[in-house]
Amino acid sequence: MSSGADPVLAVDDLRKRYDDTVALDGVDLAVADGEFVAVVGPSGCGKSTLLRVLSGLEAEFGGRVAVDGTDVCDGGSDAVGMVFQEPRLLDWADVRENIAVGLPADVDPDAPAARERVDDLIETVGLGGFADSHPDELSGGMAQRVSLARGLAYNPSVLLLDEPFSALDRLTKADQQDHLLDVWEARGTTVVLVTHDVEEAVYLADRVVVLGGQPGTVESVVDVDIDRPRERADTELVALRREVTAVLGR
Amino acid sequence: MAADTRRESDVSRESDSGRGSTAGGSAGNAESHSLGPVPLPAASRFRPLLGLLVPAAVVVVWHLIVATGTIPAYQLPTPLRVAETLYGMGASGELWGHVAITVQRVVLGAGLGIAVGTVFGTATGLSRTASDLLDPLLQSLKNIPSLAWVPLFLLWFGIGESAKVLLIAVGSFFPVYLNLSTGIAAVDEELLEVAEVYDLGRVESLRRVVFPAALPDLLVGIRGGVGLAWMFVVAAELIAASQGIGFLLSDGRTLARPDIIVGSILLFAFLGNCSDVAVKEVRDRVVGR
Repeated sequence: MSSGADPVLAVDDLRKRYDDTVALDGVDLAVADGEFVAVVGPSGCGKSTLLRVLSGLEAEFGGRVAVDGTDVCDGGSDAVGMVFQEPRLLDWADVRENIAVGLPADVDPDAPAARERVDDLIETVGLGGFADSHPDELSGGMAQRVSLARGLAYNPSVLLLDEPFSALDRLTKADQQDHLLDVWEARGTTVVLVTHDVEEAVYLADRVVVLGGQPGTVESVVDVDIDRPRERADTELVALRREVTAVLGR
Repeated sequence: MAADTRRESDVSRESDSGRGSTAGGSAGNAESHSLGPVPLPAASRFRPLLGLLVPAAVVVVWHLIVATGTIPAYQLPTPLRVAETLYGMGASGELWGHVAITVQRVVLGAGLGIAVGTVFGTATGLSRTASDLLDPLLQSLKNIPSLAWVPLFLLWFGIGESAKVLLIAVGSFFPVYLNLSTGIAAVDEELLEVAEVYDLGRVESLRRVVFPAALPDLLVGIRGGVGLAWMFVVAAELIAASQGIGFLLSDGRTLARPDIIVGSILLFAFLGNCSDVAVKEVRDRVVGR
C-alpha cells in the first residue's frame, strides 16, 4: 500500500533543533494517498515536533517537507489539518461554530452549503443533536470528536493526529479508535497518527513508523498487512505489537 | 445547623398547607415526605432581601442617634429630612437638571474613555512593539490621582463641559486599557495555533478567536471604567461646575445644608449602583452561559 505513485506527504532528512536541543535528526518519511500511518516512540523522541513541522507551526527546520509536492514553507502546510492532543475548542462557541473554524478560508461559513457541510460532519463524528451545545457541555471524548470534525471540515490532503486519544479512558478510547477508522475508510483521508500506544498504532495503521533515540530518528518501519476489519486480539496483530515493542525497547 | 433544620421544617409545613388548599386533602403523609427538599428554592428566593436588613438597621440607628441629640442635626440630618429635601428638589424640578447633567457627563466621558481604552488595549495586546512603547508610560500615568488632573484640565480646556468629560474619560480609560491589553496578550497560545493550522488569517483569527477570548476581560475593564467615571465626575464637579450632583455637594457645604450633602451622596450611590448593575447584567448575558 505504501508503494503508491507520488507520496502525498514527503519528509526528507528532517532536522529540527530547539536552541541546544536537537529534537529530530534526519527523519525520512513518505506517506501515500489514502494511507494510514502511525508514528510511535517514547516520550521526548520528537513525535509531536514532527507534527508541528508538518502542520507549519515551526518556521525553522532543516531538510525538506512537502505536501502534495508543495514545500510546507511555501504554503504546503495549508493542505494539512491537525487534531491536537487536547480538543482545543473555542469554549464560547457552539459545536457548529467550532467545526466551522476548520472550513477553508474561501468558504463562507454562513453560506447554506457550508452549513450543510458542517451538519454532515456533525453526523459523521456521531454528534447529531449536539450542534448547538457548547464545549463545557460535552464529555472529553465528544470534545475530541468535535476537534476531529474540525480537521475534516478543512478537507486536508493529510490529517495529522497528535495523541488524540491519550486523555481518554480505555473504553472511550476503543470507541473513538473504531470511530476514526470508520471515518477514514468512508472518506479516504490520508492520516498520520502520532501515539505512544503501540496497541493503538498496530490496530489502526497500515504502517507503523518507530521513532527512537534522542535526537529522534526513524528506527524502523513495520508494515501491518492485516485485513480490515481487524480483531484487537488477532494473533498476527499481537505478534506485530511485540515486534514494535521490541524495536522500541532497543 | 439546628436552626437550619428548624427553618426547613417550618417552610415545608407552610407549603403543605398551601398545597392542601389547591390539591385537596388527598395528599398523603408519605408524599409530603418526599417533597421535603422542594421548599428550599422558595426560601432562597428571599435571600437577596437579606442584604437590605443591615442598611435598614443603619437607617434606624441613624435616626435614633440624631433624634436623641447624640449628633446635632446641623451636622447630620435625620434620614427623613434627607428624603424630604430630595423629594422637595425633585418636585420643584431643580434636582433633575443636576442629575441629567451629571449622567450626561458620565455617559460621554465613560464612552470616550472606553473607546480610546479599547483602541490602545487592542494595539498593545496585539503588538509587542506597541506594548514596549506605550505600556510603561500608561502604567505610570494610571497612578495619578483624579484630583491631580483637575487644575491642568481647567487650564487646558477651561471650565466648560469638555474639561469635565475629558477628565472622566481619563478615569475610565485605564481599567479598560489595562484589562483588555492583558486579556488579548493572554489569549491561549494553543487556540492561536489552531487558528494558524486552519489558516484563519489575521482578520478572521482576531474576529473569531482573539476578541471573543478577550471579551470577558474587556467587560471587566468596562465595569471598572464606569465605576471610576463616577469617581472622576465628583472630582470635576466639586471644583468647577455650576450644575451637577457634585456641585450640589459643594453647594450644600457652602449653605451649611447637611441634608443636601447627604442627599447628594446617596444620589451618587444610587446612580453608581444602577450603572454597575447594568454593566454587570450585560456582562452576565454576554459571558455567562
